[in-house]
Amino acid sequence: MSRIDSAFFEIGSLDTLAVLDTPLHRLDPRAKVITTLVFILCVVSFEKYQLSALLPFFIFPLVLVGSGRLPGIFLLKKLLLIAPFAFFIGIFNPFFDREILFYLGSVGISGGWVSFASILLRFTLTVSATLILIATTGFSGVCMALEKIGAPRVFTIQLLFLYRYLFVLVDEAQRLVRARALRSFKGRGTGMAVFGQIVGQLLLRTIDRAQRIHLAMRCRGFTGEIRQLRKIHFGHAELLFTLGWSGLFVALRCWNLPEMLGAFLLELAR
Amino acid sequence: MSHHIVEVQDLRYTYPDGTAAIRGISFRLTHGESVAIVGANGAGKSTLLMHLNGYLTPQQGVVSIGHVPLTKATLDTLRRTVGMVFQDPDDQLFMPTVFDDVAFGPLNLGLPPDMVKTRVTQALERVDALHLKDRPPYKLSGGEKRAVAIAAVLSMAPDVLVMDEPTTGLDPHGRRLLIEQLAGFEHTKIIATHDLDMVLDLCRRTIVIHAGQVVADGPTGEIFDNGPLLENCHLEKPLRMQGCPVCSARTL
Repeated sequence: MSRIDSAFFEIGSLDTLAVLDTPLHRLDPRAKVITTLVFILCVVSFEKYQLSALLPFFIFPLVLVGSGRLPGIFLLKKLLLIAPFAFFIGIFNPFFDREILFYLGSVGISGGWVSFASILLRFTLTVSATLILIATTGFSGVCMALEKIGAPRVFTIQLLFLYRYLFVLVDEAQRLVRARALRSFKGRGTGMAVFGQIVGQLLLRTIDRAQRIHLAMRCRGFTGEIRQLRKIHFGHAELLFTLGWSGLFVALRCWNLPEMLGAFLLELAR
Repeated sequence: MSHHIVEVQDLRYTYPDGTAAIRGISFRLTHGESVAIVGANGAGKSTLLMHLNGYLTPQQGVVSIGHVPLTKATLDTLRRTVGMVFQDPDDQLFMPTVFDDVAFGPLNLGLPPDMVKTRVTQALERVDALHLKDRPPYKLSGGEKRAVAIAAVLSMAPDVLVMDEPTTGLDPHGRRLLIEQLAGFEHTKIIATHDLDMVLDLCRRTIVIHAGQVVADGPTGEIFDNGPLLENCHLEKPLRMQGCPVCSARTL
């Protein structure tokens, strides 16, 4: 349990990176959200055996980490934390797909291994882009941008509140589990029945809290719309950022740069 | 400032499960008064407070603020007048940063952005929390959360402050700071609490509630001197008014 919550609370520390003040942090959140979406779309839309064409995409996270003065090692650790999910999604490919695609020296590489590697690459690219987005924009900034772009307000408010109260909920769950642990002995008291009751208890507490929060919001004039003071401005810098990167992604999606480079070098060597 | 008289007349409320939480409460507070509402757990304090900001509508009786009875039509105006500080600051601080949270009320009132900024800054300065303005609320300590929750209400410039257990969960120093700050506010204050020592510092008048009814209403000193009354209502004299166990042991 303790490992899960320490990992969980690190999500909050990712968010604190968003208070840094670099040109990248100052960009309108919308520019960063749109660019990241284009990036993810381009990366996931490759066919499943694609490897080489994915490599140039690493320029995006690398440049952003550099210009946003983000701690690369820290982001890498976050990435590793989520990596098992991608690993288990792809690990069965090598067993099912045994057709040899090419030879590396004398070792035949099957399609399964290639698609497995491709999944891992895509995972690294998309998740690091998302982590960087949150680290440079902050979760509330992302929600605000989504709303401005046209996502339904109900959805963005839900997301904002989910994020705000996840911490409280985890804290509450943790206390319940601790209270159970202190009074269960030799596995007695830790069974499914008690677990069900704890979950029910948590639900009831959550409903109670939701009611109190709603009351607090109503007391301060809430009418269904969250107003924020921060002015955001989509200017030249934002336009340049969005179009520049998106253009590059689309170009990299259409033309396989490493392959072209390889062909060019072979041509030269001839 | 207008005369914000808070008046409750024969208020009754029964919860849907049949619990009669309030069984005929009446009192009248004049402008600028600071009043403590004390009583045992389950005496009806919280239910009473929920009527003062219109979260619950009276099933019987009238709640009026500044001679305006609380009804659905007057709800929005009255909520602006009555600022409510919750027992658990986590319920009250729901925005991503302290600044956003304190600005939430004024923005909903439709104030212009410049004015919102000044209000937020003033409110945070008032509770010595301006340095916290860019922090997310869930990372604050208990005392800081409480201070910000109060600022969030002050920023709406209410005339009446309603507080539910403001000193619970605070360390002695934080509690002392809070009491000093509250003493500096010129608002009409209604404080529901078990912390009778704080009541001695802040409230000249005390209303004792027992089983949904007012059993005493008068000057704080007199009420806290009335041992049998306190005992009946599951209360105890404030520690400051009890004999000192160390000194009295010495004299024996």
